[in-house]
Amino acid sequence: MSARRDFLAGVRAVAPILVGILPFALVAGAAGVSAGLTAVQTVAMSVLVFAGASQLAAIDLFGRDAPVAVVVATALVVNLRHVMYSASIAPYFRRFSAPAKWLGAYVLTDQAYALSLAEYRETTPETRSRWWFYLGTAATLWTVWQAGTAAGALLGAGVPDGLSLEFAVPLTFTALLFGAVDDRTTGVAAVCGGGIGAVAAPLPFNLGLVVGALAGVVAGVLVESRAGRFPSGVDAADAADSDGGEERGAEGGESA
Amino acid sequence: MTAGYAPGEVWLALLAAGVGTFALRLSFVLLLGRVDEVPPRVAGVLRFVPAAVLAALVVPSLLSLSVPSPGTTEPGLLGLGLDFETPKLLAGAAAALVAWRTEDVLATIAVGMIALWTLQAVA
Repeated sequence: MSARRDFLAGVRAVAPILVGILPFALVAGAAGVSAGLTAVQTVAMSVLVFAGASQLAAIDLFGRDAPVAVVVATALVVNLRHVMYSASIAPYFRRFSAPAKWLGAYVLTDQAYALSLAEYRETTPETRSRWWFYLGTAATLWTVWQAGTAAGALLGAGVPDGLSLEFAVPLTFTALLFGAVDDRTTGVAAVCGGGIGAVAAPLPFNLGLVVGALAGVVAGVLVESRAGRFPSGVDAADAADSDGGEERGAEGGESA
Repeated sequence: MTAGYAPGEVWLALLAAGVGTFALRLSFVLLLGRVDEVPPRVAGVLRFVPAAVLAALVVPSLLSLSVPSPGTTEPGLLGLGLDFETPKLLAGAAAALVAWRTEDVLATIAVGMIALWTLQAVA
């Protein structure tokens, strides 16, 4: 196992996604400045929060002089899905050192999560380092996001808004979604998550996203339970990973 | 504009949102790091997270339920309707077809954006 090889595999996996991230970062940077934040505040937001959808929501509220508590609450509700990512990826992070866990959590994003989970399910800890692959995706996304929002903040109104560049982000999620649906029950989870998400979309604070996601997870569990297969639907790689902590001891970065 | 904020208020909001978001991300990474083994039932539930969350991100960006704003009377069932932009809906459908057949991120973005620009140009 080579750290460099696995890190670069992560970078390669994330490369196509950057096509969607860079325009989104430029738009977010320009939006911050045009809402009245300074360029420094706009860049600081990217470093501190590092979550595009919540940053755009917060910028929109700043621009309308919303109370500080409303800005913070909205950003946090938009980011609630990260709790689900945290729980979902945690079994693979258990053997990391404490600093690696903290750093890994800081750079956790939709894209790094989805790409790493897909990779973890197709590989074993022996053939693909959990840490280095994840860092390859997450650190690349972090760097491009920071550079992109900084450039957007400096360019300001120079960023073209007639090209609908932000549409590249849902397109990225679309591609990742079909990779995440690998059997009938995950298909049910996706259909319910998307359907309920669309119906719940009018809810305030972007809560529809959380409601839809939870509904999708519940639907998947219900379908499996009714078939008497829950939780045996856990695929081989997953099971190996949750039972086989000792296998991953080889990966190093051990902590209590 | 942000003229309505006292000095430091914006920074306070940025810091609070940042620390709060970090706590959300760190939550289960720390919690599940403390148990010897992730219970199979928990793993069984978590298996559905990627498909459910990604779908809940994608579908509402193309198509969502709309509720009437207060005071307006709209036709249809309780005034409920569907909110969508036709070019984005069609471009998203084309991209979904490519994603389904190829699972290729770059091809999906390329087809979706080109379809969107084409449809916006002819509309």
